[in-house]
Amino acid sequence: MSKQIAAREPMPQQDPNIRNKNFDEVALGYTSDQAIREAQRCLQCKKMPCMAGCPVEVKIPDFIKLVADGKFDEAVAKIKETNSLPAICGRVCPQEEQCEQTCVLSKREQPIAIGRLERFVADWEAANLLVNGKCDVSNARPPLDKIAKVAIVGAGPAGLTAAGELACMGYDVTIFEALHEPGGVLAYGIPPFRLPRTILSREVEYVKSLGVKIEYNAIVGKLHTLGELLNDGYSAVFIGTGAGLPQFMNIPGENLNGVYSANEYLTRINLMKAFKFPDYPTPVRVGKKVAVIGAGNVAMDGARCSLRMGAEEVAIVYRRSRTEMPARAEEIENAEAEGVEFYLLTAPIRFIGDEDGNVKAMECIRMELGEPDASGRRRPVPVEGSEFTMEVDTVVIAIGQSPNPVVRQSEPDLQTTKWGGIVTDEETGATSIPGIYAGGDAVTGAATVITAMGAGKKAARAMDKYIREQQSEK
Amino acid sequence: MYKVVRKEKLGEVVTLLELEAPAIAAKARAGQFVMVHKDEIAERIPLTLSDWDVEAGTITIIFQHVGRSTYDLATLEVGDSIRDLVGPLGKATEIENFGTVVCIGGGIGVAELRPIARAMKEGGNTVISIIGARDRSLLILEDEMAEASDELYITTDNGSWGRKGFVSNVLADLVTEGRKIDAVYAIGPVPMMRVIADQTKPLGLKTMVSLDAIMIDGTGMCGACRVTVGGKTRFTCVDGPDFDAHQVDWAELVARKKTYIPQEKESLEKFHEGCSGGCRK
Repeated sequence: MSKQIAAREPMPQQDPNIRNKNFDEVALGYTSDQAIREAQRCLQCKKMPCMAGCPVEVKIPDFIKLVADGKFDEAVAKIKETNSLPAICGRVCPQEEQCEQTCVLSKREQPIAIGRLERFVADWEAANLLVNGKCDVSNARPPLDKIAKVAIVGAGPAGLTAAGELACMGYDVTIFEALHEPGGVLAYGIPPFRLPRTILSREVEYVKSLGVKIEYNAIVGKLHTLGELLNDGYSAVFIGTGAGLPQFMNIPGENLNGVYSANEYLTRINLMKAFKFPDYPTPVRVGKKVAVIGAGNVAMDGARCSLRMGAEEVAIVYRRSRTEMPARAEEIENAEAEGVEFYLLTAPIRFIGDEDGNVKAMECIRMELGEPDASGRRRPVPVEGSEFTMEVDTVVIAIGQSPNPVVRQSEPDLQTTKWGGIVTDEETGATSIPGIYAGGDAVTGAATVITAMGAGKKAARAMDKYIREQQSEK
Repeated sequence: MYKVVRKEKLGEVVTLLELEAPAIAAKARAGQFVMVHKDEIAERIPLTLSDWDVEAGTITIIFQHVGRSTYDLATLEVGDSIRDLVGPLGKATEIENFGTVVCIGGGIGVAELRPIARAMKEGGNTVISIIGARDRSLLILEDEMAEASDELYITTDNGSWGRKGFVSNVLADLVTEGRKIDAVYAIGPVPMMRVIADQTKPLGLKTMVSLDAIMIDGTGMCGACRVTVGGKTRFTCVDGPDFDAHQVDWAELVARKKTYIPQEKESLEKFHEGCSGGCRK
């Protein structure tokens, strides 16, 4: 087999020096011709290793074949059999660690751009004002004895996915969302230049079109307890409350003004639209010199938002080296192209404030890599005497979050780990309370959108099984 | 949408709104707050519950017009609606039978003190309340506080009503008189709560305060409301809003509350410019 494979189609993007001043989407998407050319690279392997890498089981070779044949409408329907949020997944999934990593082509050259094709198909559907296809409950399920109600806590990626699946199975689904808008981290965290809000709204509308109801301002654990939901006729509940409390480094000066958690910084800018201040009255302080601590996707988002908010110098400060940076390669490249600087093997040790309590500098220490730690990555070790001071007027701490505490505070019977994650059965998402399931960041701590979606999907199946068993016992 | 069913001006710059929110009313407890998001573009701001009526299905908030968001809220009339209202949030005030509790409220803090005084009394305590304001025009809920308390003392900074001076002067007198006090609860401006904390600390007198840090979501997600209590970072929205007054890092709280002063000023000016027609759209 020495068939010549064409090179991967590049993704058209806004110019880095223009996009770093606006919140419009960076990646512009394939044209139909590009999509067809890219899809034609697919070898259509019988073993379909790409599918094994997809947490929501998208029928990848099938939809790509349809794209290659120009049957975009059928491609949409094929994806939606298993994934209700393709326009989101095509944009924010780390495909290089999932489907594209297991693509046979990746051994010799660049894998099929599966994510870009998924995005193309979803956007094509929207552009043509179609609603094609629907989730498929093809495993010949007998109808339920009676329609059952299920409750979903949180309208983020895990909750929306579980809701969509259960609605397709015929359940009466209500999502209880604490914020005033749907999307969870997709709304407050991921900036519009990575996920335009029109795309998010469209995907949420699709989930609602499946029959899902969303109640906003409904904070479970305060307004309703899990027990009340079960007593109120909900046969099962899924908790997808996400990552809550931001983590800090516990170093001096962390509560100075101008030191933000990434959650707060991004929520002000993205959810509350501080980039339109003062037309939107929620303020944010973005100084001239911004340091973002951490090197995950959230850190890249914080750094890239800072540039767009007018910061003159933006630095990512990370205690390990480039190879250990947890962000997607694409996001790191984007940040770099837009002008973000990288201070690697560097860790802050204290923040220094002025007389009014505003941060004005950050003392750092150089690090070197020692032996691998529990995560398998080499442990950063401080280099003695290497301290130096960086002038900064805004700091964004993006080193992770702990699961949201509200539900567990209200439910002592809900078993949690010592760091606050809900304990679940990995295969089913079942918690320590019968009928209550959980998934996403509320269980794992901060992870990816697609992992949360996969957990929502698994839990939906388990909830269906549980409800059927309960109904047959009665 | 949450409809305004009653509006009262309690003073030149103090407004009461009673809002239709049956689910929140059914769950509300003393010391808890709601996040108020007036309309699509508004800020989300935390306001402590001043009252609630389970049967009528309403909650009451009372606020002083300070910045753009509170001036904007004050433009609402009966029949208008608030877009979003989330609650009841935060931990409820710890109510137990302490014995004699002194409940202290300053300025707009009196609105938030009322349910706490009431709950303390229902909890079997003898309630001595001290309420104060800069001027009589800013003093609110005098009758309601009298009803919720066994004894009520009133102060104004300028002597326009009640005793001239500060709430802390009355507390000092009670202590000097040798009155038996088992716990103190204080809510009001930070300088007032700080003075009370400094006063009761050497006496070893259990003192709780309700902190109003800056918040955005109010549900334990963003971390804006962090305060240092007992040397540890705590989140006002989910760990509070009540904390042990003697453990609070007051200087840090004061500084953090000033974070957005220039932006708040700009925002308010812009709001007033657009308001020449009387702020009614």
